[in-house]
Amino acid sequence: MSDHITEIVVFTFLFVLVSGMGFVASRWRRADLASLDEWGLGGRKFGSWITWFLIGGDLYTAYTFVAVPALLFGAGAMGFFALPYTIVVYPLVFLVLIRLWSVAHVHGMVTPADFVRARFGSPTLALLIAITGLVATMPYIALQLIGIEAVLKTMGVTGDLPLIIAFAILAAYTYQSGLRAPALIAFVKDSLIYVVILVAIIYIPARLGGWEAIFGAAEKKFAETPAPGDGILLNANNQLQYITLALGSALALFLYPHSVTGVLAARDRDVVKRNMSALPAYSLLLGLIALLGYMAIAAGIKPITTDGKADANTVVPLLFDQMFPDWFAGVTYAAIGIGALVPAAIMSIAAANLFTRNIYREYLKRDATPAQEARVSKITSLVVKVGAVLVILLIDPQFSIDLQLIGGVVILQTLPAVALGLYTRWFHRYGLIAGWAAGMTAGMVMLYNISNPAINHAHFGGSAFPLAKLGLDTGMTIYAGFLALLVNLVVAALVTLAARAAKAADGVDGTRPADYFADENDPRTKPVELSGTH
Amino acid sequence: MTTPPSDQRPARSDRSPWNWLLLVPIVIPLTTVLYNAQEPRLFGFPLFYWLQLAFIVLGVTATTVVYQVGRKRSGR
Repeated sequence: MSDHITEIVVFTFLFVLVSGMGFVASRWRRADLASLDEWGLGGRKFGSWITWFLIGGDLYTAYTFVAVPALLFGAGAMGFFALPYTIVVYPLVFLVLIRLWSVAHVHGMVTPADFVRARFGSPTLALLIAITGLVATMPYIALQLIGIEAVLKTMGVTGDLPLIIAFAILAAYTYQSGLRAPALIAFVKDSLIYVVILVAIIYIPARLGGWEAIFGAAEKKFAETPAPGDGILLNANNQLQYITLALGSALALFLYPHSVTGVLAARDRDVVKRNMSALPAYSLLLGLIALLGYMAIAAGIKPITTDGKADANTVVPLLFDQMFPDWFAGVTYAAIGIGALVPAAIMSIAAANLFTRNIYREYLKRDATPAQEARVSKITSLVVKVGAVLVILLIDPQFSIDLQLIGGVVILQTLPAVALGLYTRWFHRYGLIAGWAAGMTAGMVMLYNISNPAINHAHFGGSAFPLAKLGLDTGMTIYAGFLALLVNLVVAALVTLAARAAKAADGVDGTRPADYFADENDPRTKPVELSGTH
Repeated sequence: MTTPPSDQRPARSDRSPWNWLLLVPIVIPLTTVLYNAQEPRLFGFPLFYWLQLAFIVLGVTATTVVYQVGRKRSGR
């Protein structure tokens, strides 16, 4: 541990500094935090810059920065899907998100399930959307801890206590400051990450003999491994997986409740639009970070093994440890550690809002005041974080990674109701419920049937579903979530037609066409009345 | 509901032929045959890596154009 004393001091200093900022954030643009609009959405007043840092800090998490290079380190080109994924996502959601912003602004909606509730007049469908969001978000929060854990491990800090302390601090300032805390901290986090990466991509290749040598070393490594799927280029069998995984992940990204939280906190439509052009700056960063995986190969990094299992997530921290002087390695660790705090805070706020708005207010206390809503959300955000810590401490971390993988497939099943719902009211609520159920089932069955000998999994071994299992004579794989979404859409359409033919009662649409184009100064209605049958 | 009837507001829309431009940065980065090769290299990067990084420019351009055109059309 003493070898790392400088790193630990720098790390701790920066960590304490941003924690202080987290507490001070409650006074930033001072407002009465006793309402969800203020505590959970920062007053819906964030301008372009704050939104850019907030959404950037929200989507490009510490886990991404650790796991994507780890993927390239282990499998090569396939791991680079993260780049096209984050390029495609912004043009894909550009028009969709401004509609969501507008309708949420008019009706005071806080969560995606709020929208579904109003649009389709179906509390049951809204509950399904809310639960899906919660299930997908929880393991994501736990994963952020893995980012911190990887850094602590590399610094030789063992034991659970540091992790618990870090999360306790996070929980405390999120409780106090709400969304203002991650918004303020995101400035520091992203600035640190930009500095670290700029230094890394100039300094490390120079020490390793240039990019040519780095790619050469990666190519040599993959040529020597027996695995057929790896390499620095794609092969005939994993191209479809690359495409569908990138597209499927892009479709899923803004269905996650925490992404929606970041968007709804924007001040007006222009802020959202401008960010769709500006957020790709982070994609450049991500593409370069991904290549750290190859640099680790060229530098001959061997991941830390605990209990006989190599932890690939440690390759990036180890690379920094080997390449940089101690003080700068400390800065890079702080960047990763703080990088975990921002998304973890936003995710727990989003999960708390889902519980408050779509379970507490819908089923437990219909006449809840804004102050009661804010209080319930604050407490839920604490519960969510305790849950995440327990998951990491008590269960094999691999389980969180598996769960997060499932989370992506699961959240995609809300696309017909949330994303298509913003455009069309054609689907019948029964159709959407049936499609959701069919997509979920199909997704789970597929994931269950994916094995991965490399991590000793007979089931839930990844998201690449072999088409051969459907009886097709091919070695190709496809992203399970994508296939599940197709099943979902087909069933939703068929049941809609059947429900219309049977003249089944449809829910009442609480929104008007003009709501989807409303802007900052347009009149807002009271929150949508809770009507409709279960 | 306290919303005024929608016909009292100026008719708004997000429809525009320029929106089709958004398809370019969606389709091209997902067309693997365009870039799944080593040569030509750029600064030691195989094509697969530098071209995909370059696609970021496509995305930024398309979203910026659609945003700016939309602003002019709505007269602001």
